[in-house]
Amino acid sequence: MARMAGRRTLFAGPVLLVVTFGVFAVAALSPFDPVKAYAGTAGLTASQAELDQLRVNLGVDQPLLARWWEWLTSALTGDLGTSAVMRQPVSDVIAERLGWSALLAVCAFAFAVLVGTGLGVLAARRPGGRLDRAVSGLAYTLEAAPAFWLGLLAVWFFSVRLGVLPSGGLTDAGSDVVTAGQVARHLVLPALVLGISQLPWFFLYVRQGVADALEEDPVRGARARGLGERRVLLGHGLRSGMLPMLTLIGSRVPELITGALLVETVFSWPGIAAATVQAATSVDFPLLAALTVLATAAVLAGNLLSDLLYGLADPRVGFDG
Amino acid sequence: MKARTVRGMAGATAAAVIVTGVAACSNPGGGAAAGAGAADSAVVGIATEPESLSPLLGYGKDGNSKIFDGLLARDADMKLKPALARALPEVSADGLTYTYALRPGVRFSDGQPFGSKDVVFTYKAILDAKTNNASKSELDAIADVTARGDDSVVFTLKYPYAPFAERTVLPIAPEHLAGGQDVNSGEFTTKPVGTGPYVLTAWSKGEKLSFKANPTYWGGEPAVKKFTMAVIKDDDVRATRLRSGELDGAVLPPNLAKGFAADKALKTYAAKTYDYRQVTLPTEHPVTGDTAVRQALDIAVDRDTMVDKLLEGAGKAAYGPVPTGSPWFTAGTERPYDLASAKKILDDAGWIPGADGIRAKDGIRAAFPLWYPSGDKLRQDHALAFASDAKKAGIQVTTESGSWEVIEPRMKTDAVLAGGGSPADPDFDQYLTLNSALAGDGFNNMARYDNPAVDKALLDGRRSADPAVRKAAYDTVQRELVKNPGYVYLTHIDHLYVVADKWDGPTTQTEPHDHGLGTGPWWNLESWKPEQK
Repeated sequence: MARMAGRRTLFAGPVLLVVTFGVFAVAALSPFDPVKAYAGTAGLTASQAELDQLRVNLGVDQPLLARWWEWLTSALTGDLGTSAVMRQPVSDVIAERLGWSALLAVCAFAFAVLVGTGLGVLAARRPGGRLDRAVSGLAYTLEAAPAFWLGLLAVWFFSVRLGVLPSGGLTDAGSDVVTAGQVARHLVLPALVLGISQLPWFFLYVRQGVADALEEDPVRGARARGLGERRVLLGHGLRSGMLPMLTLIGSRVPELITGALLVETVFSWPGIAAATVQAATSVDFPLLAALTVLATAAVLAGNLLSDLLYGLADPRVGFDG
Repeated sequence: MKARTVRGMAGATAAAVIVTGVAACSNPGGGAAAGAGAADSAVVGIATEPESLSPLLGYGKDGNSKIFDGLLARDADMKLKPALARALPEVSADGLTYTYALRPGVRFSDGQPFGSKDVVFTYKAILDAKTNNASKSELDAIADVTARGDDSVVFTLKYPYAPFAERTVLPIAPEHLAGGQDVNSGEFTTKPVGTGPYVLTAWSKGEKLSFKANPTYWGGEPAVKKFTMAVIKDDDVRATRLRSGELDGAVLPPNLAKGFAADKALKTYAAKTYDYRQVTLPTEHPVTGDTAVRQALDIAVDRDTMVDKLLEGAGKAAYGPVPTGSPWFTAGTERPYDLASAKKILDDAGWIPGADGIRAKDGIRAAFPLWYPSGDKLRQDHALAFASDAKKAGIQVTTESGSWEVIEPRMKTDAVLAGGGSPADPDFDQYLTLNSALAGDGFNNMARYDNPAVDKALLDGRRSADPAVRKAAYDTVQRELVKNPGYVYLTHIDHLYVVADKWDGPTTQTEPHDHGLGTGPWWNLESWKPEQK
């Protein structure tokens, strides 16, 4: 187990290296001009000489390889460079935002996994039953519903109709101290929306896995031996029904990141996702590269986590190697 | 800790009040009356977040920064008035030297005194080639800026530039803080300190900017003690949060602002602007370069219908860069929609309709592409309306969309649905868009407009200090644009704001093309007073 984790970590190095170069290459090929993005509307009245000067100042007149090498060497010494679009060091941009995104993602993920699994087990108990039909139908609908739309719907219902939850921001708009209570209240809607948008996957996998497991011989045998329904369901059904879901946990991480982007936009959540889009459309190389490294690392870690869980849940699978 | 608990309870109570309020009132729209808070605090929703709050990088260059002051400021009628300067500048007879006497006793909000060295530092830092300020060409006229003692600053210009004083609304940064760090990425870009009526207390990027009143402001402490700008990019979300009572005001597009018209607790402000939408007519294209085609298109477009249908009435027909309500507007240059005359002009010039109704002359079809930036709904609407009007006159306009990167290389020969406008002085916008010397320089003079009479008038307009001479010069420009349009100006667009009706003081200034932080009814927030009822 430790060996698998260690080997994967070693492997992650070259992967990240290739990915960052890929980001620089793709960004350099993209039709977007970093100088224009930097100048914004002021660029529409700037003289050509001034735009040329800006190009030199931003270092985007350098060839691709030189720029990547410079970024890489200084990144390895801990200097992530300066974000052109945010006008501040990349490390500051990430430090300010990453925590809020992680909080949102972890809460949403926990909600999706717990509620999805719970509902999946309940539905699998009586496939075709009233609960199963209701939740499955809802799950298929939610799978098709974009997180953005769910967000607007939630704002309309909980904030405008009922007025019980704030519709956006990290804290009340008029407050400038960040208190745990306020953040908790403001977290409910975005985390719920992001969690619900992920929930159908977990529900459907668990429901299918557990239902299949309940059909298998060992379960029938256990039932025949007179074991309690609870024991059968949790001890046998859930255990083998969980396996596909554990793989899913890793593979849902990228989805979670893209989902978070839309949710962060709707709820003005000051997270990293919105910064990613801005970095991409403005061809802000240093910020984009740092964020891509983070996202890649998250995906790799997600895969490792699901493989580890899989190995723990089913000893027959073992750890590769 | 205790204060937080109290605030939390107040929040819970407020939430309870809102819940009961909404429950009691079956119409959910009525809930907006709850408001975002006390009358001495204001929360407004804005659409775009500034990248930086450093004046050295361009923040607040058009005045109305809440954190900073310029040497001068503008009043409700856009007239210059003294701010950090004690009076309007003394201008030398040749128009080359501007001397500003500084207001004594002003301090930055960190307690340090303000002086001439800060003014010199600010202007020199912006003009430095290493500073990434994309607006520095606006200060192109400056040859040198020097301190004369501690209470006076002298600007020397390269050429006589009549509207120069309008540029000195630019905010002044403190040398003792901003001077010792990287101008482009230092801490000052996100934690600014100025002399202005408000002090930045927090900036949660992507969420909001929070300000508190500056108790030692030289103009007196503002009555609105707390001010928050919530960053909400999506128009619908902004409208929803305004409706739910979390915001006291917001900038909204016309169709969403209309939804608040019946709400008595909110008031809609339509700010008049210089913000125009125009179609460039590239001089180097065989069709759009023909003066007859230009004249015909200019009267074949139905501007009034565009205002009614595309802007829902929130705007005005545009006949040139200057809006019809402005003192700089040349009376008599309004041109009514006249399709018959447009057709006659084309007939007389030899553009003969073919079998498909599209005209041609000497084997050249009267057709050209028109680009608009993708994602800009309003420009798309204008482009489609323009194409449809042109078709009626027998000219085929093909609309296409793309990013500015796609459009820029084509600007020389293809038409573009462009926007612009600057209310402070006619020179600011017209010199850049109409001067033949700037043809194709960056995004300046996109149409490569070349008219010696206009070139001369633009020079007269910027050099002479005599208001009568300047007025005559810009009259000439507007009349020349009727004879030979390089652009078809379509509309001037009102900017709409919906604001809670609980203060005395909100008004709007004439606004530029740019939606900066300084525009909107909160331009004079420091003089708002809670409404007495």
